[in-house]
Amino acid sequence: MSDLRKVKVDGKEVEVPAHYTLLQACEEAGAEIPRFCFHERLSIAGNCRMCLVELKGAPKPIASCAWGVRDCRPGPNGEPPEVITRSPTVKKAREGVLEFLLINHPLDCPICDQGGECDLQDQTMAYGVDASRFHENKRAVEDKYIGPLVKTWMNRCIHCTRCIRFTTEVAGVAELGATGRGEDMEITTYLEHAMTSELQSNVVDLCPVGALTSRPYAFKARPWELSKTESIDVMDALGSNIRVDARGKEVMRILPRMNEAVNEEWISDKARHIVDGLRTQRLDRPYVRVDGRLRPATWQEAFAAIAARAKGADGKRIGAIAGDLATVEEMFALKLLMASLGSPNLDCRQDGAMLDPALGRGAYLFNATVEGIEAADALLIIGSNPRKEAPVLNARIRKRWRLGNFPVAVIGEPADLTYPYRHLGAGPDSLSRLAAGEEDFLDVLKAAKRPLVIVGQGAIARPDGAAVLSAAARLAAGLESADPEWVGFSVLHTAAARVGGLDIGFVPGESGLSTAGMIEAAGNGGLDTLFLLGADEIDMRALGSAFVVYVGTHGDAGAHRADVILPGAAFSEKSGLYVNTEGRVQIALRATFPPGDAREDWSILRALSGILGEPLPFDSLAELRAKLARAHPHLAYIDTIEPGEAAHVRALAEQGGEPGQAPFASPIRDFYLTNPIARASAVMAECSALHLGPPAAEAAE
Amino acid sequence: MAVRRLAEEQPESFAFTAENQAWAERTIRKFPEGRQASAVIPLLWRVQEQEGWVTKPAMESIAAMLGMPQIRVLEVATFYTMFHLAPVGRKAHVQVCGTTPCMLRGAGDLIELCKSRIAPHPHEVTADGALSWEEVECLGACVNAPMVQIFKDTYEDLTPETLAAIIDAFERGETPRPGPQIDRQHSAPAGGPTTLTTLDWGVEEDVREPAPAHAAGTEHPGDGAAAPPGTPRTAVDETAGGEEFAAEVERRKGRAVLRTGTDPAAGEAAAQKKGRPDPTGRSDEAASRAMGARAEGKPTGEEEAPKDGGFPPRERRGRGKKE
Repeated sequence: MSDLRKVKVDGKEVEVPAHYTLLQACEEAGAEIPRFCFHERLSIAGNCRMCLVELKGAPKPIASCAWGVRDCRPGPNGEPPEVITRSPTVKKAREGVLEFLLINHPLDCPICDQGGECDLQDQTMAYGVDASRFHENKRAVEDKYIGPLVKTWMNRCIHCTRCIRFTTEVAGVAELGATGRGEDMEITTYLEHAMTSELQSNVVDLCPVGALTSRPYAFKARPWELSKTESIDVMDALGSNIRVDARGKEVMRILPRMNEAVNEEWISDKARHIVDGLRTQRLDRPYVRVDGRLRPATWQEAFAAIAARAKGADGKRIGAIAGDLATVEEMFALKLLMASLGSPNLDCRQDGAMLDPALGRGAYLFNATVEGIEAADALLIIGSNPRKEAPVLNARIRKRWRLGNFPVAVIGEPADLTYPYRHLGAGPDSLSRLAAGEEDFLDVLKAAKRPLVIVGQGAIARPDGAAVLSAAARLAAGLESADPEWVGFSVLHTAAARVGGLDIGFVPGESGLSTAGMIEAAGNGGLDTLFLLGADEIDMRALGSAFVVYVGTHGDAGAHRADVILPGAAFSEKSGLYVNTEGRVQIALRATFPPGDAREDWSILRALSGILGEPLPFDSLAELRAKLARAHPHLAYIDTIEPGEAAHVRALAEQGGEPGQAPFASPIRDFYLTNPIARASAVMAECSALHLGPPAAEAAE
Repeated sequence: MAVRRLAEEQPESFAFTAENQAWAERTIRKFPEGRQASAVIPLLWRVQEQEGWVTKPAMESIAAMLGMPQIRVLEVATFYTMFHLAPVGRKAHVQVCGTTPCMLRGAGDLIELCKSRIAPHPHEVTADGALSWEEVECLGACVNAPMVQIFKDTYEDLTPETLAAIIDAFERGETPRPGPQIDRQHSAPAGGPTTLTTLDWGVEEDVREPAPAHAAGTEHPGDGAAAPPGTPRTAVDETAGGEEFAAEVERRKGRAVLRTGTDPAAGEAAAQKKGRPDPTGRSDEAASRAMGARAEGKPTGEEEAPKDGGFPPRERRGRGKKE
């Protein structure tokens, strides 16, 4: 930052870093510069010419996005270079550029999905002229198929090439390109193959016009009729910041919200397009299983059925498993309920991940933080495929890799991560070989100032997971870091609820049963009643004759097995806390109401507690949150991270254990169908079918 | 120009011939590690030379060879119109220049001929697959307009008749002689020089004064009578590698010319022009005098001064005339 230059913008002098472009300098000075092709997170193209400004000394208006502050000549007496953004010349230049852009842009705003949130529309209103002087025919371009998520309307394309740059640079799949030239230039994929990126829908947001629009959202709503609610994505553990746009009681679409520390401004396709999953397969009334068949019931009947089995029962014969989409509040309420029932059997790790919150937060967080990835200078990925488990986080890794000098190695399944890496092996033996110094990548890690070790659920959600986790922690703790604050040991979670559950200790109590133990006990009659809080990823057939109470949103695996179904609220229908993989507490707000008789999960548990015995000590979400904050103070600090400590990692390292031999396998077999909401979505099903293809292709992966 | 798409019918596969494969590998090695994609245009060219057009399997194979995404190869192949994305005439693909100079000189007639002689539409291949044509933008031979390019050669100064003859020859499997199709050498003025055809540049009187002694001393016995006194100057170019002193003398004479108001550059050009034979054979008296003077200017040169009107045989061979 030492290289600061003074620039005068419209008479106002600002000091900006020399590497800034004039456009950034103008923004720094508060001058608004219209643009189409320029985007902060993409490379500079300089082809839309909308950002023309006048630079004193330059003979013609210049494209400010492609002109560096460093390249500006000072005035004759050494005055700072002067930029003028409001002169008649600039006004005329902008009018001219817009007139050119509109020559071939159809006048179909009334039927365009981008209408109302279109850069071209807005900028034409702000900087354009009222009429065109062009009387010839507009060009016609064939629409292209580029996948089930992005609809193309190629007449509207103004060739800003943002989409090409995004897929190539951020998403890491060079699939979009511009064929032809001049008037015949067209944006397409190679032979109109579907794009394969998990981030492809972001091109819809990037497109400044309506050329690329969301296919599932096509012709569904207008931006001005939507109520916009800030929320948190629960499709992966990254906790991407999203905005839920709803019309009436229906969620119409989900868009990313900017959060530099988490998702920048991207979200995965799954986060964006599960919208139709929020409408279908919904549980909108309680059900009770009578004579083997589920029968619609009232809340009273359902509660009565539960009370008949669980009231006064031995707490040890009751269990609870929390699912992947649960909020912290409802898990906390369920934990209190289980405590009041005298049950130590509760677990939030339905995949069986061997994470022990007793060792401290550092033992299960992504300690390096998502932003910290950019500070890391060497990366080891153990048993994870971040591209599938957290695509936006993978984009961050790719961003770091693009800066150069970032050696990456993977132990686990070899997969296309969009950046090159060294594959060190498939299983724990490769990890121990690395730790023993038999791989020279250990020297790379040791030489690094901030080595990053990512441990995925594929490495720890298995019987020997604790030993693998400990070995990974040992490796990470043994690496000297030049930065004393740096904790490189990072667990990448796959479930939005997991870190929150671990934070509040939703794990087996004294002599309590874990998920696997509960399933086994239910199968052999050791457990009478099992509460599933949106837990659908466990083997339902193994539950034997246990009485299963399912609190959840969708008619998925859990609901099919359940004896009593209590309809809950999906993430968009309740306000709740989520803690992401790096330990950041984030709050999702309610966008719509749960369908039918469904209720928010915390209130269901509160009501249930009254039926089963002593009512839980809260009557509102605010009271519940206050109790939660008293028990776990860090959860009261929204959007902050209570960091894990290096001592936690060392404690984990000391656990020891003998890892097995089985190779690590990513827990995500099908990126598009990982949770009940996604499985209810037709869009996700289409994506899944497209990308997994015939079974042979799946085996090849 | 129109939207360029891949052809509907594509061959199953593509492979370079062994020779081309070796060439391709050599070409790829020319570029530094990580920049192999730079070889895409030479490789596409070689594909077109081998196959006649750029096929989809070839593009995919090039993408694999260069480690670049297929769409990037497609971008390049569709950007440059010189890459044929569909089969063209096996025996000849006539690229008619339709840019302004050629159009003014009758390219429209050539296009009409192509339409009637080859196919009604550009890029349409005749039934036997032998011929096709297209209209292209400027091929840089405007001085010989109108012109066409067939394979790597240009055929210039065309009329519908001469183009028809060329197409016929290609169809018979012959390769007509490229270059101007009229009695003209390269881009030299058609019908012989039109300017500076005499050596009476209007400066004779001025340079005659210092010149006579020198001119007389180098006068060639053969056609000295016709040679004007100032002509030794033309010998400068021919003897540039030889007598430096003489060259310097000539240069100063040129300066003297300048002082008398004649453009020295024009003088140089005129000297060069005059040093050349008249390809049309219609050389007038002045031209032959010039040639004589040129020969006269280098009495000790390695080149013989021929007697047949001053046309050295070497130059005759170099003439770009057909037949």
